[in-house]
Amino acid sequence: MPAEPPVLAHHFENLEQQHEASTLAMWLFLATEVLFFGTLFTGFAVYRRSHAEEFGLASSHLKANVAAVNTALLICSSLTVALAVHAAKVGRPRMLALCLGLTLLFGLAFLGVKAWEWQAEYREGLVPGETFRRDLWGAGVNSRRVEMFFVFYFVMTGLHALHMIVGLAALAILLLRYRRYSPEYYTPVEVFGLYWHFVDVVWIFIFPLLYLIRH
Amino acid sequence: MSAERRAAPVAYWVVFAALLVLTGVTVAVAGVPLGRWHAPVALGIAAIKATLVVLIFMHALHSARLTWVVIGAAVFWLMLMIGLTLADYVTRPWATY
Repeated sequence: MPAEPPVLAHHFENLEQQHEASTLAMWLFLATEVLFFGTLFTGFAVYRRSHAEEFGLASSHLKANVAAVNTALLICSSLTVALAVHAAKVGRPRMLALCLGLTLLFGLAFLGVKAWEWQAEYREGLVPGETFRRDLWGAGVNSRRVEMFFVFYFVMTGLHALHMIVGLAALAILLLRYRRYSPEYYTPVEVFGLYWHFVDVVWIFIFPLLYLIRH
Repeated sequence: MSAERRAAPVAYWVVFAALLVLTGVTVAVAGVPLGRWHAPVALGIAAIKATLVVLIFMHALHSARLTWVVIGAAVFWLMLMIGLTLADYVTRPWATY
């Protein structure tokens, strides 16, 4: 059997220092992500204010109950990630694999529901552009403003889903290597956990803003 | 290692339950006629949920001071961006977009 690569990179004094540097780097990356999604939330706030009536109308065409189920799925996945990090930390590899596997299932279920939602909206003619339905909104309603809501909706949920896909890819790699992690070295699990919880936090704001505020 | 430390912290399950309950609350509140208070209430609940995730699930509560600086900076920059942008738009009587 080939020797495992040393887990301590040569430019670190010890594993503890390496762990701190890695988690801090993830936090720094997440700070840039806050601003990345933050620009979208800022733009949404500006348009929500000036196009309040049309945005409320558009929002009522989304499936809030389906999104509530998806919110619950993501919360479940955050719990299983938190449990996975703990399992790695206390040296329970099988528990770690189980929790990571459950997270993978919850994440895939979320994306499946989201994909179903998108195709339903595509069929209803809610996708901005040439095929956008302008006759659904009643007389005197500026359908361009309604369309603008759906630009925000598809960009924000789309970028969120892209983050989920990246997270699931990282998760699959962790799952393949779950035996490598021990109480001495579980940094990849911890760093992945930070990323996954962040993506959950983004959804925690997307859900009420896009689906629930209709007035 | 003691069995106590091997068991997952109870806090995770408490936060999990709280997040589910708050999701139910925010859905229920959306159907109540609150007038202009819909957005502040929904955002307030979302902020509580996000804080729970960051403090407990992301271990911010027990993390190094440097991590707190990064979290603080991220929130500060976000508030600066949203605050100053809206301060501009809400004080413009004319629409330019």
